[in-house]
Amino acid sequence: MIPEFGHYALILALCIALIQGVLPLVGAHYGRREFLVLARPAAQTVFMLLATAFVILAWSFYANDFSVLYVAEHSNSQMPVIYRLGAVWGGHEGSLLLWIFLLSTWTILVAQLSKALDEFMVARVIGVLGLVTSGLLLFVLTTSNPFERLLPAAQDGRSLNPLLQDPGLVFHPPMLYMGYVGFSVAFAFAIASLLSGRLDAAWARWSRPWTTAAWVFLTLGIALGSWWAYYELGWGGWWFWDPVENASFIPWLVGTALLHSLAVTEKRGGFKSWTVLLAITAFSLSLLGTFLVRSGVLTSVHAFATDPRRGIFILIFLSLVVGSSLALYAWRAPKNTLGGKFSLSSRETFILLGNVFLVVSAGSVLLGTLYPLLIDALHLGKISVGPPYFNSVFVPIMIPLLVLMGIGPWTHWKNTDLLTVIKRLWLAGLIAVLAGVGIPLMMGEFTWLAGLGFLLAFWVIASGCMQIARQAKLGKPTRSFIGMQVAHLGIAIFVIGVTMVGAYQEEKDVRMLTGDTVSVGGYQIQLVGVNKVPGPNYQAMRGTFLLTKNGSTAATLYPEKRSYFSSTMPMTEAAIDVGLTRDIYVSLGEAIDDQAWAVRVYYKPFVDWIWGGCLFMALGGILAISDKRYRMSLKRATP
Amino acid sequence: MIVAALVVIGIAAMLILNALNSNIALYVTPSEVAAGKAPQGQAFRIGGMVKDGSVKRAGLTVHFVITDLVKDIPVSYTGILPDLFKEGKGAVIQGRLNPNGEFVASEVLAKHDENYMPPEAKHALEQAQKNGSNK
Repeated sequence: MIPEFGHYALILALCIALIQGVLPLVGAHYGRREFLVLARPAAQTVFMLLATAFVILAWSFYANDFSVLYVAEHSNSQMPVIYRLGAVWGGHEGSLLLWIFLLSTWTILVAQLSKALDEFMVARVIGVLGLVTSGLLLFVLTTSNPFERLLPAAQDGRSLNPLLQDPGLVFHPPMLYMGYVGFSVAFAFAIASLLSGRLDAAWARWSRPWTTAAWVFLTLGIALGSWWAYYELGWGGWWFWDPVENASFIPWLVGTALLHSLAVTEKRGGFKSWTVLLAITAFSLSLLGTFLVRSGVLTSVHAFATDPRRGIFILIFLSLVVGSSLALYAWRAPKNTLGGKFSLSSRETFILLGNVFLVVSAGSVLLGTLYPLLIDALHLGKISVGPPYFNSVFVPIMIPLLVLMGIGPWTHWKNTDLLTVIKRLWLAGLIAVLAGVGIPLMMGEFTWLAGLGFLLAFWVIASGCMQIARQAKLGKPTRSFIGMQVAHLGIAIFVIGVTMVGAYQEEKDVRMLTGDTVSVGGYQIQLVGVNKVPGPNYQAMRGTFLLTKNGSTAATLYPEKRSYFSSTMPMTEAAIDVGLTRDIYVSLGEAIDDQAWAVRVYYKPFVDWIWGGCLFMALGGILAISDKRYRMSLKRATP
Repeated sequence: MIVAALVVIGIAAMLILNALNSNIALYVTPSEVAAGKAPQGQAFRIGGMVKDGSVKRAGLTVHFVITDLVKDIPVSYTGILPDLFKEGKGAVIQGRLNPNGEFVASEVLAKHDENYMPPEAKHALEQAQKNGSNK
């Protein structure tokens, strides 16, 4: 009976979400208070109902109710409890439920935290979010019901894919979805302001912290996914330009552009139409990402067995959202909106240029991702676009962006004397050049690409440090300022990590017998032995490797090859000795004959800086949100 | 301002076209390879099934046969295979043909899900079946 309650809760949620989506918008249009006041209670009810459905699904997993099809397909009584709960979003139906649940979480957060905002605006924002919620609930109920029964019930479940039985899975999807879905708030604010015709600085100030929050989650979600791929997929890469990775990265790029453009709209009242367009685009791309992942139209490591009806539904939904919001945009967007005048050498110009680079890079990634689909749809054959395409297009676009990052924050709104900026920045330039030449020489090999990487990273770092020093002299810097600096520093740290790994990593595939030693990056790795080890729902072959440097032991590593009972496929579990300046990565391939094993060893210098940089970016975002002017604006906005 | 934006977009377009030209791998079915329709001197991808009983190891190099159940193509790969590589299962491989007609793979693609068949592999099998029934 319990799963049926979950199903009813979803149906009821759809009805209430329709009320939440329609009545407040109608009320706001005709100025009828009695409809406006419905917005908050409706949103709260939808949230309660979705929370109920979510808890019921989690309960079905916890209680091993294999009469629920989704549970039978993704869980197994032998699985540890934590992975049974993680399995709630381990498949299509559950992850969509998570999507909607998070959407309604964002909705009630907006409802609760916007008490000071004009009630027409709140009603419109909640209404738009209600419409999006209804669309997705309709999708779940018609094509992907997680509570569908399996009668007679299965004896035991099919188990979750072993790759997904990892702490990474427990956190990666919710983080990523929080980010994806969070752009819906920026979208709702943009649509609401188009509807009301009040595109002003207050609107930008309101949607800015929400956009930043979504961006922080998306940054962390992507970083977690990359880190997970690094240690769990077993092959040591951190980014594969896989279509599904791209699907999360494209909204990130556009979201980053949106953050900066919102700053101009808030501070100078400029770029209004552009900001609105970015908000619509960021959310549409999030939906497109969901479509790409969930429809199975692209070959990807994330591909799931799929149902074409789902793809068509999302495609229709996507065209409705994009079509109607662009139509509204064309109709209502202010025509003359560059705002206050600014000269060619002003902060506005630099932000605009940065925006252009970000959007163009997003476009190039989107093109590479969709190109195989396009060619296939035109019956020109089946092709794949590989990492070399993305590297040779994306990296060159990022170079000028990093150069701009060192200059932009020095400029003033409206007008800046570029000569003074250059005079201040010569030292940063010098440091950058020294780093670009010096670090590669220190690492033992100079390549132009490595030199360029360090040059750009240190350009951003030096310029940032000088600004912080200058600001500290002028008075106490605001949280927004510190946040911006920390996030930019994060980018530089990220670039250092990428450059180091790209230029100086060492990779060896070797055949090893017990007692054999292989050396990589100045370390010696000895295979001590391989033995059988039992796990809760698998049996593993565990290798023991001794890691030494100059004769002294640094670590003992235990990579595993697991066979899960519920699955025929083996699973490689890499062992990593993590360090601030390098990772040593060992993974066990297959047994070649009775004694020898194929082993892959990596020396990865500074690889953890890649994710460390992302953490800094996220921290920067959090600092910016905590700036007191957003809290003060709460009071000031009260009429 | 607009000129600058156009210049950026222009340069990006150039980069994109250039990169697309040199970095696309065509999917070819085993039957097409056997018929000599594979691109010469250029990397491409084959989708198909790993033939039962064909996997042989010699140290780190693995030899196997990829098939669409009509034509077989011998493949060699040096390195560690992904976990999901298995006889009788679908696979997608990227590489080049050597003069002896052997496909030297530089990459063997892995998927998350063991029940999942790469669409390109499925396509190859269906294509071969269709041609077979026409003859």
